[in-house]
Amino acid sequence: MIEAEAVSKRYGSTLAVDSLSFTVRDGCVTGFLGPNGAGKSTTMRMIVGLDAPTSGGVRVGGRPYRDRRFPLHEVGALLEAKTVHPGRSARNHLRWLAESNGIARRRVDAVLEQVGLASVAKKRAGTFSLGMSQRLGIAAALLGDPEVLLLDEPVNGLDPEGIRWVRELLRSLAGEGRTVFVSSHLMSEMALTADHLIVIGQGRLIADASVAEVIAQASSNRVRVATAEPARLQSLIESMGGKVETAPPEELLISGVECRDVGIAAARAAITLYELTKVEASLEEAFMEMTRDSSQYHAGIAPTAMAGA
Amino acid sequence: MNATPEVLPAPRPAKVLPEPSALALFGSVVRAEWTKLRSVRSTMWSLLVTVALVVGLGALFCAARVARADRLDAGELRNFDPTGFSMNGIFLAQLAIGVLGVLVISSEYATGQIGSTLAATPQRLVVLAGKVVVFLGVAFTVGLVACGTAFVVGQSILSQKFATASFGDPGVLRAVLGGATYLAVLGALGIGLGAILRRPAGAIAALVGLLLVLPILSNFLPSPWNDDIGKYLPLRAGNPIFHTGAVDSTDLSRGVGFVVFCAYAVVALVVGAVFLDRRDA
Repeated sequence: MIEAEAVSKRYGSTLAVDSLSFTVRDGCVTGFLGPNGAGKSTTMRMIVGLDAPTSGGVRVGGRPYRDRRFPLHEVGALLEAKTVHPGRSARNHLRWLAESNGIARRRVDAVLEQVGLASVAKKRAGTFSLGMSQRLGIAAALLGDPEVLLLDEPVNGLDPEGIRWVRELLRSLAGEGRTVFVSSHLMSEMALTADHLIVIGQGRLIADASVAEVIAQASSNRVRVATAEPARLQSLIESMGGKVETAPPEELLISGVECRDVGIAAARAAITLYELTKVEASLEEAFMEMTRDSSQYHAGIAPTAMAGA
Repeated sequence: MNATPEVLPAPRPAKVLPEPSALALFGSVVRAEWTKLRSVRSTMWSLLVTVALVVGLGALFCAARVARADRLDAGELRNFDPTGFSMNGIFLAQLAIGVLGVLVISSEYATGQIGSTLAATPQRLVVLAGKVVVFLGVAFTVGLVACGTAFVVGQSILSQKFATASFGDPGVLRAVLGGATYLAVLGALGIGLGAILRRPAGAIAALVGLLLVLPILSNFLPSPWNDDIGKYLPLRAGNPIFHTGAVDSTDLSRGVGFVVFCAYAVVALVVGAVFLDRRDA
């Protein structure tokens, strides 16, 4: 469980994080979405006590991160791929981390095996590709077998096989009841990995809801209809307050009217339909729409989700 | 809106979390810092260079003096201190150990590793203390090997033409131990400067400026200001600790000078500790 309470971070005149409140629950993967520069990394750094909030606070597992002497047993974090001295081998990097938190030496080899770096354990980290550095960072996060995992852009630089591996790893960690908080600017990835989303833009909360809710809320949800009488249907839909885009020759793309209502109205007017399909926005589209105008959605989605959290 | 209820898995059995004592925490940090220090090649190189400079330069100066033994003037022969003379390589070696001290912390900022370090041990002052303790131990041990060797080698070269010193002579043991301590304290000064300035280049420049440039600048001051100020500069205040015999009347006494020298390191570490604790990592 991670709880942020009205946490803000100011750098000079820029408010990087603006009174952000959210709760990350156990047992599911929570995606932390936002465009680059939205304040995701700053928030993650505040969670693990590297940066101090200007106001507000963050608690992990019920208390501030810095109250722990051996935090790696409870919280594992991948902050950036490059938080490793390039001159040190992967194994030695994990060894000092383990020693600093009283973690058994065998965990070092176990996590190296788990992330697939066992064969290059003695190589210097500076020779690693970005993908291998990410794996080493994930190994470091898993070292203390923590209940809470924070991963900042873990799939950056990974090949498709690596991305799939991270996805499955995160799902299985959450399946074991752990708290998994993972940031990304890749919506498509989050759609496959996350159960719940916290979306921020310009340091402010835009949405805190399940993936399904976020998609459902996107106003770009539309209905596709094919009919022999496009002109009649168009005036009918417009009379119901809907908007119509036409695609040649017989297809209409309708927004502002529910799929169900389109069918009922068409039947009453005796308009024959060949096709009636609900077109859901992709998470990508939902996200683009939300971050285009944050204030509108701030009020729209957040309160319901907050109440449920 | 059609919210799908999220099915939560059964809560995990509570894990028994370690609650180490302050001492156990410190021990863990010291072990981790020791692993860090010895698992990077630059450490070994810096330490080897330190030993090579102290021993090699000392031997070179001794050999040069022996070669010119018959042509030295009265000033050069008066108050000759064979102990300190054999360890004059410290004047250069101090840069190698000082730079290593700077890198102990500033390389963590340069590589981003500081994030891993402070997330693993949020008690930042304990981290700094661990770094200092490990470094003092390593630098003192290496310094002792370097100074002891330089002394023995130097005396055997000087003995061809001059009266030499042995470990039993007054002040000799203190000077050899003093040389090792001088190098260790200098490394601690480097750690302090690294913690304050974070960037390796800046901290190394500050170290060189403090040790070598300020004495040159202080010489441009009119007398007696040049000595009044110059005698408090670290190199001049600290170096009598690895020499024997009388200290110049314009300098601080050996003991006071060494305390002043150590004070530079203490002040740098205290300021560095405050910065490390208060600033974002």
